[in-house]
Amino acid sequence: MPHKTFFWFFFPSGLAMLLFIGLPIISSFFQSLHIEPEQILMEVEKCDPFGCKTETKVDIEATTKLQEEQPLGRFNGLGTYGDRNHLAFEEIKEAWGNSSSMSEFIDILLNLPFYKALLFTLTFCFAVTPPVVVLGFIVALSINTLTKSLKGPTIFGVILPMIVTPLIGSLVLFWMIDAKGILGATIQYLFDDPNLSLKSSSQLTWITLIIYGIWHNTPFAFVVFYAALQTVPQDPIEAAIIDGASRYERVRHIVIPHLYPVATFIILICLMDNFRVLEPIIGFAAEGVAQSLSWMIYNDLRSENKMLFGSAGATSMLTIIGVAFLLTPVLIRTWKEFRTER
Amino acid sequence: MKKLLIALLFSFVSTSAFADGHSPCGVTDGSIKILANEFTTYRIFMDEVKSCAGDGADFSVTHSVDHNKLQVAALSANPAEFSAKLVTNGSITTLMNDNLIRPLDDLVAKYGSALQDNQKIVIDGKIYAIAFMANAQHLWYRESILNDLGIAVPSTYEEVIAAAEKIKASGKMANPYAGAFKSGWNLGQEFVNMYLGHGGDFFKAGTAEVSVNNDKGVAALNMLKRLTEVSNPDFLTQDTNAVKEEWESGNVALMHVWNSGAASLLDDEGDQMIKADTRLANSPTVGGGSKPATTLWWDGFGIATNTSDANAEASFRALLGAATSTEMANANPNATIWLIDGYTPGDTAGPVVDAANRGATPYPSLPYMALLHGALSTELVEFLQGNESAEKALADVEAAYVAKATEQGFL
Repeated sequence: MPHKTFFWFFFPSGLAMLLFIGLPIISSFFQSLHIEPEQILMEVEKCDPFGCKTETKVDIEATTKLQEEQPLGRFNGLGTYGDRNHLAFEEIKEAWGNSSSMSEFIDILLNLPFYKALLFTLTFCFAVTPPVVVLGFIVALSINTLTKSLKGPTIFGVILPMIVTPLIGSLVLFWMIDAKGILGATIQYLFDDPNLSLKSSSQLTWITLIIYGIWHNTPFAFVVFYAALQTVPQDPIEAAIIDGASRYERVRHIVIPHLYPVATFIILICLMDNFRVLEPIIGFAAEGVAQSLSWMIYNDLRSENKMLFGSAGATSMLTIIGVAFLLTPVLIRTWKEFRTER
Repeated sequence: MKKLLIALLFSFVSTSAFADGHSPCGVTDGSIKILANEFTTYRIFMDEVKSCAGDGADFSVTHSVDHNKLQVAALSANPAEFSAKLVTNGSITTLMNDNLIRPLDDLVAKYGSALQDNQKIVIDGKIYAIAFMANAQHLWYRESILNDLGIAVPSTYEEVIAAAEKIKASGKMANPYAGAFKSGWNLGQEFVNMYLGHGGDFFKAGTAEVSVNNDKGVAALNMLKRLTEVSNPDFLTQDTNAVKEEWESGNVALMHVWNSGAASLLDDEGDQMIKADTRLANSPTVGGGSKPATTLWWDGFGIATNTSDANAEASFRALLGAATSTEMANANPNATIWLIDGYTPGDTAGPVVDAANRGATPYPSLPYMALLHGALSTELVEFLQGNESAEKALADVEAAYVAKATEQGFL
C-alpha cells in the first residue's frame, strides 16, 4: 500500500483515537498533577430539628474565589503519585527501615491501598488468562467437530456469558452463591459444612471472582479460536491421517502451531481486559476484600464526597503504565515474529 | 407520656400564618427530577410528592442506595441532572461544601406557611433544606425467642452479645444478630455509632485533624468484632435492606437497624408470624457509657443550585406539599417519625425519642466528616476478618483520611 493511501485510510481512526483516547489521557495527566485549592473554613450557627449549635462549614464565597483563580487546583507536581493512597514512597521507606524481616515488610507493603489493589489485579490477570486460553481452545475444538445442525445453538449457548452484561452476570452469580442460593447450598451440602460461605473469606471471594472471570472471558477466546480453526489447511491434516497420526498428534503438531499467533493475540487482549477488572467486584459486593486499580479510580470518583480528580487521574496514569509493562513481553514477541516472517 | 416526650424533643412550634400563604400543590409547569435513597418510607413520601405535583409537571424520581455517591456529580453539572435531592444531616454537608444546594428563604416565604420552625434547616441564617422526618438506628428483637430462653431485653451491647450467644447455644438460630456491616458506607456508620457510644470524638476540637486511633476507637472496634462473630458470616456483604430480608426470613433474633425500617418490617407483606413477634427496643449503651451507641438523623430535601428558578420552584412546591401533609403522616404513623405539624406519633417512635433523651448525638455535620466516613468504610474490613490488629486498622483509617483530606485542601 502506498504511504499516501495508507495515510488517508488510517486518518479517520487516527483522528478519533487522538480525540477520544489521546486528549483524555493528557488531560487526566494534567489533572493528576493538581490537588483541590485550600478549603476556607468558618464557624457558623446551624439549626436543625435537634437544636442549634455552632459548627464548622466551608466558606463558600472565599473557596469559590480561590477555585476561580486556580480552576485546575493547586499544583502538586507528582505529590499525589507519591502519597499514601498511591505509590506511598515514604511509608515504604519507613517500613524498609523498621521491619525486621522480609515477610514483615511485605505485610506492610500489601496493607497499602495501591499495592493491595495491584496484588489483586495481577493475581486476577494471571489466574484468569491461561485457563481462558486453554478452555477457549478446547471448546472451539469440540464445537468444530459437532454436526452442522447442532453447531448454531451450541455456539449461542457458549457465547452467552460474554453477551450478559458483566454487572448483571456477576449479580446473578452473587445471589446463586449465597448460603441459601442454589450453588451456595450445594457447596455446603457437598462439603458437609453448614457454615461454609463463599462470601465470608477473602480467599474464597478471590477464587469466586477468578472463576467468574474465566466464565466471562472464555467465550471471547472461543470465538477467536473458532474463527481461526476454519483457516487450518486441510491438506497436512489429511496427510497426517494417512500417515496414521492420532487426533491428539494432529492437534499438537498441526493445529496448535497454526493457531500460535492467534493465541498471542488472545493473551494480549485478555491481559489488557483483566487488568481493568471492575464490574465483578461491585457485583459480588467484594470491595472489602478485593480491590483492583480500576476500583480505586471508581472509588475516588464515586465516594461520598467531592470527586478526587487528582487521585483518580494518578491511579489512571499508573494503570496505563501497568498495562504497558504487562504487554511489553507479548508485544516484543509479536514484533519478532513479524520480523522473521518478513 | 410518649407524646409529651416528642413534644419536648422536637419542641413543636406551630405557625399561625396559614391564611396568607400560597398553596404549594398543583404545579402546572416545570420539571421535577428528584434523587433519593431507597427505602419504604421514602417511597411513601414520594407518592405524596407525586400526587402533590399533579399532572401539569414533568415528574420523575430516582431511588438509589448509592444516592450519596451520585449526588455530587449529578448536581455539579449545569444544568444539574436533578432539580432536588433528599438529604440528611450526613449528606447535606457534602452538597454545602460545593455550593450545590440553594438557599430556600424566598420559596419558604412564599409557600411555607404550613412549615414548623424545626423543619427548617438553617445554616448561617439561611434555610438550605426542609426536614420532614427524624430517624435513628436502634435495637429490634424477636419477643418469643427471648421469652423462650428467659432473656431480658438487652440494654447494653454486652448484654446483646450474651443474649446472642445464648440463642446460638440453644440451637434456635446459627447467627442470631444482624447489623448492616456491608463494607462501604454501612460499615463506616456502624463504627461511628459504636465510637460515639464510647464517648469518642472524631476530630481534634475545631480542626480537621483526625483522632480515632485511641482507646475508645479500639474498644469500639473490638465490640464490632464480637458482634460480627454472632452474625451471618456474610456480614461484609449485607446492607440494611439485606439485614431486613434476613429478619423477615426468620434467621435473626436481634438487630440494630433504622427506625424507618418499621415501614417494611411491620407492613402486611411477608411472614405475619414474624411481624407479630417483632419488637422495638431502645438503642443499647456500650462499655459502661450513658449515651446510647447510635446517631440521630433528620431527613429532608434540598433544591439544586444549578437548575432553573422555574424548576426549582416547581420541585420545591411538590416536595413541600408532601413535607407538610398531615394526612400522609397520620396515614403512615409507623413509617417513621414525621416532623410534620399535626402528626400523632405511632407505637414505633419510642426508641428514637429515647435515644434523643439519653443524649445520643446527631451525626456530625462537618465538612470533612464524609472523608473520614469514606476512610472507615474501606480500612476496617481487614480487622473484622481477623487479619489485622485494631490499632493497625485505626492507624490505616487515619492515614487514608490524611491523604484524602490533604488532596481536598482541608489539611
